[in-house]
Order: sequence, then C-alpha cells, then structure tokens
Amino acid sequence: MIRMTTIALAGLALSACATTSDGKNTASTGTAMTADGRAPYASTYRPYPGRPTAVIGATIYDGAGGRIDNGTVLFRDGKIVQVGDSTLSTEGYDRIDGGGMFVTPGVIDIHSHLGDYPSPSVDAHSDGNEATSPTTPDVWAEHSVWPQDPGFSRALANGGVTSLQILPGSANLVGGRSVTLKNVPSRTVQGMKFPGAPYGMKMACGENPKRVYGSRGQKPSTRMGNFAVNRQNWLDAREWAAGDRKDRDLAKETMAGVLDGEILVHNHCYRADEMALVLDMAREMGYKVSTFHHAVESYKIGDLLRDAEVCSAVWADWYGFKMEAYDAIPENAALIHNSGACVVIHSDDENGIQRLNQEAAKAQADGRRMGIDIPDAEVVEWFTLNAARAMGISDMTGSLEEGKMADVVLWNGDPLSIYSRPQMVWVDGALMYDANDRSRRPVSDFELGQPGEGDVK
Amino acid sequence: MTRPARTLAITLAAAASAIAAPLAAQDIAITNATVVTGDGSDPVEGGTVVVRGGRVVAAGAGVSVPAGMQAVDGTGLWVTPGLFASNTFLGIYDVEAVEDSNDVSAGGSPFGAALDVSPIVNPASQDILYSRAGGVTRAGVMPQAGSTIFAGQGAIIDLGSDRDAVMRPRAFQFVELGERGARLAGGSRTSAHALLRNALSEARRYGDDPALTGTSRTRDVRTGDDLPIDPRLTGRAERDSDVLLTRFDAAALVPVVNGSQKLYVTAHRASDITAVLALKDEFPRLDIVLVGVTEGWMVADAIAAAGVPVITAALNDLPASFERLGATQSNVGRMVDAGVTVAIGMYESSGDHPRNLPQQAGNMVALNKMPGASGLTWGEAFAAISSVPARIAGVNAGTLSAGSLGDVVVWDGDPLEVSSAPVRVFIDGVEQPMRDHQTQLRTRYRDLDESQMPKAYVR
Repeated sequence: MIRMTTIALAGLALSACATTSDGKNTASTGTAMTADGRAPYASTYRPYPGRPTAVIGATIYDGAGGRIDNGTVLFRDGKIVQVGDSTLSTEGYDRIDGGGMFVTPGVIDIHSHLGDYPSPSVDAHSDGNEATSPTTPDVWAEHSVWPQDPGFSRALANGGVTSLQILPGSANLVGGRSVTLKNVPSRTVQGMKFPGAPYGMKMACGENPKRVYGSRGQKPSTRMGNFAVNRQNWLDAREWAAGDRKDRDLAKETMAGVLDGEILVHNHCYRADEMALVLDMAREMGYKVSTFHHAVESYKIGDLLRDAEVCSAVWADWYGFKMEAYDAIPENAALIHNSGACVVIHSDDENGIQRLNQEAAKAQADGRRMGIDIPDAEVVEWFTLNAARAMGISDMTGSLEEGKMADVVLWNGDPLSIYSRPQMVWVDGALMYDANDRSRRPVSDFELGQPGEGDVK
Repeated sequence: MTRPARTLAITLAAAASAIAAPLAAQDIAITNATVVTGDGSDPVEGGTVVVRGGRVVAAGAGVSVPAGMQAVDGTGLWVTPGLFASNTFLGIYDVEAVEDSNDVSAGGSPFGAALDVSPIVNPASQDILYSRAGGVTRAGVMPQAGSTIFAGQGAIIDLGSDRDAVMRPRAFQFVELGERGARLAGGSRTSAHALLRNALSEARRYGDDPALTGTSRTRDVRTGDDLPIDPRLTGRAERDSDVLLTRFDAAALVPVVNGSQKLYVTAHRASDITAVLALKDEFPRLDIVLVGVTEGWMVADAIAAAGVPVITAALNDLPASFERLGATQSNVGRMVDAGVTVAIGMYESSGDHPRNLPQQAGNMVALNKMPGASGLTWGEAFAAISSVPARIAGVNAGTLSAGSLGDVVVWDGDPLEVSSAPVRVFIDGVEQPMRDHQTQLRTRYRDLDESQMPKAYVR
C-alpha cells in the first residue's frame, strides 16, 4: 500500500547505503558536503563483531508478513544469510536453540525523543523543541541527542528496539530534521547514526503550534494561521530551491531536501480534517508526506490515506488527553489497516518504546473484536517493516530477508503476548543484549556508581 | 497462558448487548468459566460464580448454582472481580488539556487540605464509561496538589451507570512530598517537611480543643462612632496568631492526625520514604499509605516493618528524576517479597490509563521469567489491581469472596493478556452498559461509504 514510497526510496537507499570504507557517506541530505567530501556529521557507526549465528527451532515472524514454524534464521558478517525451515543447514554457525521462542526483526520506533528529552528529564536536558520560532527547519535533532540517555538501554533490553527515529518536538509547524539511529550505545551521536538512512523533517498540525505562538501574541494563533505560515514557508523554499542554491541557508536546505524527495516528512497530526488539508498542501507545494504521526483520527480517512500512500504512526489506545485526541479509538490501527492504508505503531514515549509489541497486540485484538481479523505476522509488520518503509530504511532493515542487516530479536514467547520479553537482541549481527548474561546489558555513563547501576530494569 | 478462543465470547457479548437489561441488581450465575477470586490465588478452571442481591454468594470450583437460578455457560471465558484503580482522576476532567473541563488541581485556590473531590465527581464522564468498559468497577479519585503540598481529600467511587458515584467521600488526604512537594512548599524539602509538621501540629491542637473553632463570642469592637467591626476581623484570634492553615484546612486535617482518615503521601527517593515512615514517631496515629515509591525496593525492609502499604506504578524503570535513580520494574516484586503490601495503581504517561492496569500487572508476571528480575505470580499480579488496592483504600471490594460487592467482570480471555477485554461488567450486581463515545465512533466509521448520506446520519 505504500509501494510508491518504497520504490521512490529504493533508489535513494542504494546510493545512501554506500558508506565507503574511508567513512565517506554519499547520502544526499539536501546539504552541502564538507570539504573532504563527507556528509556533515556523518555516521561513524560500525557494526560490532558478531559470530555466525543460527537460531533454530523458533517461530519466525519475518516482518514482511511471513511466518515460519520451527524455522531457522542464519546470519553472519552482520547480514541475514537465509531464513527458512528446519531443513536449513547450520554448519559453520553457532546454534542457538529457540525452541518455544519467537524471532522477529529488530523493533523499530518511528517516533522517539530519546536523547533529545532524556532521563533524567530535568530542564537542563530539555532539548527537543526549539520553540522560539514557528518554523525551524534549520535545527537538526541529532545536535540535541545525548547518547548517555539511559532510555536507549531500556528500549533495547525490554523492547527489542534496534533502530529508532529521533524527532524534534511538535511546538513548531516545522520542527527541524530528525535523525535515525541504530540502538547501539556510543560516546557520540555520530556513532549511533544509521548509515545511509534518509533524514526526516518534522512538521506539526493543530493545537500545539497555534497554542505556543498564539499565547505569545504571535502568528500562528489559529489553524488557518498554521496553514498560512506553512504555505508561505513552502513558497519561500521553492523559490530558493529553484535558484542556484549557492547561498547557504540551513532552513532552506532542509526544505529543499523535502522538495527533492530526499528528506521524508513526518507530520504530527491528530484530526482527520487537518490531515486531509495537509495532503492538499503537499499537492499544492509539491512534496510528499511520508507519515502522519499520532493520527488518532486516521480511521475516518483510511481511504484518503491509502490513495495518498501515507502511513499512520499511531498508539494503540491513547485517547482524550487533549481536545484533538478526543475522538481517538482503540480500533484505529485495525480500521486503517482494513482500509488498505499503512499502519505503524509508535511510542513518542520513553516507557512506551519498551512495549511496542504489546501495543500492537492490543490494537490487533481491538480490531478482532469488531470483526477485523489481522494475522499475527502482519501485525508484527506494524512495528518492524512498516516503520522501516516509512523511514526510508526498508532496503536495509525491518525484515528478515537475505542481505539485510541482521537486526534480530529472539523473544522468550509470542511477541504479541504480554508474557513475552526479548531474550537476545542482535544489531547488525552483534549480540547487544542477552537476558542470561549481565555483561551484555548496556549501562550508560549516567547510571554508573548510582543506585541500581546495572540492575535488571 | 494461551491466547483464548473467542468465538463464544463474541457470541456471548452480542447476546449480552441484545438483552441489555434495566439497571437493577440481577441474579447472576456463570458456570464452566476460569474463575479468579482476586485474593492472590491462581485462576481456577471450570469454576462457577454466583451473585445475588448485589453481593457475591460464592465463587470457585465445586460451587453449585442455586435452584431456580439460570446459569450462563462461561466456557472459554474468565470471570474476575472488578478492577480497583487506586489513584485516578476519573470523573474530574473531561479532557485533561482542556482547562475548563479539568478540576484535578486548584493552583489558584486559597485552600489545600480542605479541598474535597466528593461533590464534583461526574459519573457521566467519558473517562468513567471507558474505564468501566475496561473492567474498572471501583476507584480512588484524588485531587492533585496545586497551591500547597496538601492536594486535598480523595474519594472512593463506584463506576456504575447511575447518578451516585461516590461510595466513600473523604476517604483519604493526599500530600505531596519529594521533589514536587519541595517546589510547592517554596523551594526545598526542608519547607515541605516544616509545612507538613506544622499543619499536623495545628490540626492536632485544633482537634484537641473544640473551643478554638471560632464559635466563641466577643463584644463588638468600636474604633469611634463608625459601624462596629466584626470581632472576627479585629485580630482577636481564636487561634494562635502565627497559624498558617485556614480553619477549613485545619479542620480537614483533624481526622488525619487522629488516624480516622488515611494519609496518602507521595515519596519516591529511598531517603524520602524513610522520612515519611519516621513521621509516625511524632504523629503515632497517622494511617499512612505511601504513593509513588520508585526506590521502595531499596528500603523495603523498613516499609514492611512499619506496616505501611504502597501504591505504585509497576513499570517505571528509568531515572526520570534524581529522586528515582534506582527505578526498576522489579520494584514491586522485591517489595512484595520483603512483605510489603503493594497495589499497582498509578498512571504516569498518557498510555498508563486506569483501564490498562491489567497490562501493568501482566508485565509483572512476564518479569518472573527474566533472570535476576523479581515479578509476581499471576494471582499476586491480579490481586495487586483488585483486592489489594481495595483493602488499602479500606473498601471490601476486588474479591469474589462470599458477601463481597457484586462487582464482576466477564472477560473474553486471560484478563492480564493485552488481547483480552471484558464482555460483560456488573457493579453491585447490576449489568453495565458498554456504550460510549468511542464505541459509537467505531460503529460509525466501520466503513467509509458516504454514497447515500454523510456519516453524520450513521449511528
């Protein structure tokens, strides 16, 4: 249902993926390269060493809608080698008995603020909203990410999260660039950046921008003000983009990256009527929305979203906490899926990111109760491949397919049951978490020497 | 636990809505169900639950249906007591972020301890309807501290579809200590402790001496040939001149200091928790309930020795603030292992709705499988969201023991499993409607066909 996005991004991913051995990243970012030809703030992430590994005897959800009982997953050198049934040869691989367990691709959270709003959530750490101007396409979320946020380790150990998108907050109509990270501990944010992942640009509809700026007696103070500021912003960006682009302008570079199709729009938007208006704004201005985030009313316009090939990144059942969330219903995800549009389960929360699998299971069950039966293997897609598609990284991760990154979770039971937890988590084939091995549990600098250092969390 | 078969459950749910009875206590007998009594024991398969006259008659295996009572076959279903949600804002806001609809906190009020939610709980609030459909049948409703460390008085409510929500008004007083209390008190924990001690002292004296109630009369005071000044305005204070509490607030704290009203106190840091326990040395009659208690596991022996129960959120595992550095999901399990009475009943993100209490509890069961972690057994986990919080609140609910309130929930599967939901809810033996704003939206948008008429005509 988001085929067009996938195809459009495939070409991008091919070039973006080509991180060369000398660290040059050829990803087009809408931004001039540095003098040595590197992308600015380029990823320095390298997969950690891993053993050739065969997980055998487990139930496999491949993330792309497939299920194999008593299956085998083979990976080595950081890549998936093969996924199949019990007849696959495991010679040359370390065998891990997954009997009674389940395997999925690494969980992906498309909407996180880890690092930008880290724990402890003290004012000095509040780095997620540059709420000083209604449009700030010039800010980059990665420049706020604190890699020592203990939240990353919880997302890994309890949630099986291997990739995540860090977004600026929603105070602004245009909040700035997002960054996609591998969930690996690092001294620097560059050491976490997902090599070759396209940038995203955060936008926000509705209550937040008009409240933040309206309360200061500033435009926008209404929803029509939101659109006016947005449209003028796009017109200015188009003018700049149509020129020679030699006069560097950080804000315009980001906007032009969107117009060029290289930067993906992630639009915080709750209400159906507003999403429909944004779709028209995108048509008017010549850009594409990748995903509406929060999207609690997507169920009212599943047909429009399907036709526009826009994903909805949603909670299972958050509702009612603000006016624009008043019509949220637990059946939202199932109804969107039933319309043929794309569902992603997101967290927007340092606690919720630890339980995306449970949220998906809740949403599935709420659909089932109204007669919409969605197979488990497709529900797993909601927190794996669909997220990867919407983030433009589906050619690299998000499903257990030959040649993709070996981002793998072994669960100690059905991931759609509350009684299951990650047993082992691999990122690019490196074992980064093992429930049975305390030494395979990351502890951030912040927690060293403090109560509970290295505790089960 | 296996994921349940649903066909029968759905059939029964349809039947239940079709026979939607008037709101009167019914005789209920459900057989062949998996029965959970809520007392901490494990579920019993093939059990029977009998409710008559609004009260539980019997529940468990080997229970026979009284002659003349028609039994419903509960094969594939689970029957439990209703959930008890401890510290909620149910019925005191419509939309949290819509200020006009939100009565949770009174930052501009001259009162603190005197604030009382019992006259303001709205039984028709969507949040109550939504929670009830999720199996919550009783709840504590509390104000949030606004202008002082004293939030005011919480009530125990039932979530029944009737005009009368409050079952026990002024069930507890709520005090905020720790980081937030310190800010409310003027900027430091020192001030919060001084305010609390002063207030309890004032209340103790106020309570000891009924003459200091402002009822004594004095002569008119004249300053010349003008109108007399009301004596209550002349500085002839019936109370000490340096009292800080208003009379309302002081009066409200009298039952706290004499132990007839529970005192809920928020504290997260281990040292803050022990400081709260130490209050009992100065004010021995305090009936304290600890709330929050993120680092409780670090002082679990002291909490257990003091016999003070705890209400906490189960899944906090991040150092969200400096008073929560030791946060771990094993907090509940470790406290229970140390002998502390622990209820799960806090909701710290928008996802932690009272209706999602079973998710918090179910995660505690999952934790038991994790090496090094401390969780709960299934029975303990369910009790932590039913009988234990009810007992802490001083209410005989949350169990299916003979004679307890007829709050019964029929689920389409294991109630701690995220894929399960209630199909029927009874409160005081009265079957509850399951219709709310959300169910009607769901029905309207089951399809998006507007070829004949707009959606506004579909309901």
